[in-house]
Amino acid sequence: MTALAALIRRDIRIALRVGGGALIGVLFFLTVVVLMPFAVGPDLALLSRLGPAILWLGALLASLLTLDRLFMADHEDGSLDLITMSRTPLELACAAKALAHWLAAGLPLIVATPVLGLLLNLDMVATGAVALTLLAGTPALTFTGMIGAALAVTLHRGGLLMAVLVLPLSIPVLIFGVAASQAAITGPSSFGAPFSILCALSLVSLVIGPFAAAASLKHGLD
Amino acid sequence: MTLIDLANPTRFLALSARVLPWLAAATVILLTIGLYQSATAPDDYQQGATVKIMFIHVPNAWLSMFVWGVMSIASLGTLVWRHPLADVAAKAAAPIGAAFTFLALFTGSLWGRPMWGTYWEWDARLTSVLILFLMYLGLMALWRAVEDPSRAARAAAVLTLVGAINLPIIKFSVDWWNTLHQPASVMRMGGSTLDKSFLIPLLVMAVAFTLLFVTLHLAAMRNEILRRRVRSLQMMQASQKAA
Repeated sequence: MTALAALIRRDIRIALRVGGGALIGVLFFLTVVVLMPFAVGPDLALLSRLGPAILWLGALLASLLTLDRLFMADHEDGSLDLITMSRTPLELACAAKALAHWLAAGLPLIVATPVLGLLLNLDMVATGAVALTLLAGTPALTFTGMIGAALAVTLHRGGLLMAVLVLPLSIPVLIFGVAASQAAITGPSSFGAPFSILCALSLVSLVIGPFAAAASLKHGLD
Repeated sequence: MTLIDLANPTRFLALSARVLPWLAAATVILLTIGLYQSATAPDDYQQGATVKIMFIHVPNAWLSMFVWGVMSIASLGTLVWRHPLADVAAKAAAPIGAAFTFLALFTGSLWGRPMWGTYWEWDARLTSVLILFLMYLGLMALWRAVEDPSRAARAAAVLTLVGAINLPIIKFSVDWWNTLHQPASVMRMGGSTLDKSFLIPLLVMAVAFTLLFVTLHLAAMRNEILRRRVRSLQMMQASQKAA
């Protein structure tokens, strides 16, 4: 247990320090949201209608792009080999790394949501709903994206290929995240049903992600 | 003769060379019967002659999912049993599966034009087949992106299995998304409501297409084995030249 706690603490520290790049995700999120009015026009009514979808898409892309680094830096300096050889099960180590990554790169996205909601003319309820669904849904994005990150490090290929492979897997999260936020804002369908399915998706990916990532690391790194 | 005996590629090549002509002949015969029956099947009272598209469309759609199942079993073979031919099977199946999926989408949109008045509709079933097509293309891109076949095989196996778990979830969520956005406007075609004059040709076509897949898959696996042999011979030749 202490080994995992130490791993989480180490990863968060590295991510927050110079060269860690965790906060670049937030900057990217902000940039995507700022680009949207240029694409659809500065119509506040339209923006507030599209708001939840824009925020979800931005968060999806931001968390995907930061995931590239999840294993890459550790692979370059050799600490990934140490983690694979240690007595802690690799699945748990992967889960710990993903958790640390979510705390360092996913949570800031959610904290930034209210400010970005202001830019998109979302009211209090809508902003709260989007932030809440992001809080429930971004773990699923991190944990499924981790599979792509593990494949990227074993294949020495990142970027576009991994995005193409991982994005279709994140469609369910996007569907239920946007559905729950829309239900909270406009009704008439209930907020509870899509929101609990969103939580279920996060829990499922919490199980599948570490196993698949550990499997591809085990088979790929030798 | 068990599966492990086939682990020797030479034995597999010899056996498949003997089986392949029979399989091809059976495919041709069944396809001929199926096509004849489909062509002579009566017109639907609502859809007219366009219902004949169904005899091509439905087997394609069925195989688009069946091939992913075959690839998942092959991926288990790669990861769990390390069967040397499993990754050949998985790699050879992906383009065939993508082709069946594309044909299902294509015939579906040809059928949709006279029936729904549009080539494309963001209907739940169409959307999830389109996502399946994207996943096939992603897998093929992964196979092409990595030079070393065994390294690519393990990565592709992990991804195929994750996809196999995810496909039902995607299907379910797309269903949800669609009912949320628009009422179901698509005709439903349950198996039990299908008349016998349609059902029998459809089943014959389904079996014929499955045989077609098996034939193409075996041939593609043979090609892949030979391609790998050529590759290793070329590498040997290159290293001899260097020495």
